[in-house]
Amino acid sequence: MKICYYPGCTLKNHAKNFEDSTICSLKAIGVEVDELDRWNCCGTVFSLTTDDLIHHVAPIRNLIRAKEANYDKVMTLCAMCYNTLKRANERVKSDPDSLEVLNNFMDREKIKYQGDVQVYHLLEFLKNEITFENLAEKIIKPLKKLKVASYYGCLLVRPKEIGLDDLENPTILEDLMAVCGADSVDFPFKTECCGAYQTVDRPEIVAERTFQILSSAQSQGAEVVVVSCPLCAFNLDQRQKKAVELFPEFKNIPVLYFTQPLAIALGCPEETLRFDLNFIDPKPLLKEKGFI
Amino acid sequence: MRINISRKKIRDSFVDKVQELSGQNLLACYQCGKCSAGCPAVSEMDILPNQIIRFAQLGLKDELLASKAIWICASCMTCNARCPKGINIAEVIEALRQILLRKREDHLKVKKLSDKEKEDIPPIALISSMRKYTS
Repeated sequence: MKICYYPGCTLKNHAKNFEDSTICSLKAIGVEVDELDRWNCCGTVFSLTTDDLIHHVAPIRNLIRAKEANYDKVMTLCAMCYNTLKRANERVKSDPDSLEVLNNFMDREKIKYQGDVQVYHLLEFLKNEITFENLAEKIIKPLKKLKVASYYGCLLVRPKEIGLDDLENPTILEDLMAVCGADSVDFPFKTECCGAYQTVDRPEIVAERTFQILSSAQSQGAEVVVVSCPLCAFNLDQRQKKAVELFPEFKNIPVLYFTQPLAIALGCPEETLRFDLNFIDPKPLLKEKGFI
Repeated sequence: MRINISRKKIRDSFVDKVQELSGQNLLACYQCGKCSAGCPAVSEMDILPNQIIRFAQLGLKDELLASKAIWICASCMTCNARCPKGINIAEVIEALRQILLRKREDHLKVKKLSDKEKEDIPPIALISSMRKYTS
C-alpha cells in the first residue's frame, strides 16, 4: 500500500525524528510513503478572519499537488498542518464563492480545485485503515511497563468539526499506546494548550505551561509524554530547561513523538528513532526498560 | 480601571468591524463566563475573554486595542469549544489583533530576534508567530 504524505516545514529539520520514525513504522507494516512533489508550507495557522482568503492559498495549493499526483487523500503527521489543511479544505467546501476566488487567484494551476481531497492524520490512518487489531499483530517488542502520558494539545481535537477524536476526552493516542504494549496514565492536561508560538517572544509563559502540564502527568506516574505536534514537542521538551530555572522542584521527563515508541514496538532500528533530536534524552529510561 | 460607556461608542463602526471580521454575533453572549473559566492563559490576561466580548459589545475600542490579553490568546479554541451560545471567542480576539495588524502595528519585533534564537526555534514556531503577530 502506498499513501500520499505531506510533511510540512518542521518535519525536515527539528522534527526529523518524527518523520524518520513514522516512515520506518509504516514500512514495518507494509505501507510505503509517497511524499508530495513541490509541497509548500501550509502557513501553520488557519486564518480566523472571514475576509482573509489569501492565507488559504498555501494549504489549498498543497491539495492541488495531491490531485496532480492522482491521490484523493493526503496524510499529515504534524497537528498544525493537519488542522490548517483540513480547515482550509472544509472552508472552501462549504463556501463555493471563496473557492472560486482562490481558483481564479491560482489560475496558472492546471487543476481547478473542487474540495475533493481528504486530509487525514497518521493516527486516523492507523486506526481506520490499518486498524489497531491488525497493527497489534505486527508488534514484536511490546513496551511492557512503560508508563505513557498522551498529550494531544489543541489542534488534533479542536474545533469539533475537524477534530479526530472526542474534543474533551480523546483516547486515540492511549489506544495506540495500549496496542504497543505500554500502560497509559490519565491526566487532566492532555488537551490544554502548551502556549504554542508564544515560545518565540514569551518563553517564560510556555515554560510555566510546560511545568503545569508535565508535572500533572508526572503526578499520575508518567515516565514519558508522547505528542503529535512539533510545536508542542519543542515547548514541552526544550522549554523544560527554562521550567527548571523557574520552578526548581521540577524534574525533567522525556517527551517523544508517538511514532518513536511505535517504531520501537514494531522493531525499527535505533538509528531511525533519531533520539539525538530529543532534548531530554529518553535513552537511559528506554535502556533501563530493555527496549533499546 | 475607569471606563466610560456611551451610546456613541456602542454605535461606532468598530463594533460592526469586529463582528464582520470575526463572523460572530457579539450580542449572543450572555456573560456566563465559561470561556474565561476554561482559558489556560487567563493568568496572563488583563481583560478576560468574557470581558473582551462585553467590551466589544460596548464599543470600547481603546481599551481593547491597548490590552495585553489579545496578544496572550494563542487561539487554542478551548473557549470556542465550550461556549453554550456557539460564539467563537478566538475569532473575535483574532479580529481585534487584525484591526491593529492591518495598520502595520506589528506585535512581534522580528528584528529583535537573535540569530541563535532563529536557529534554535523550529520553523513551525517562527512562522506561526509571524502569521499571528505581524502584518
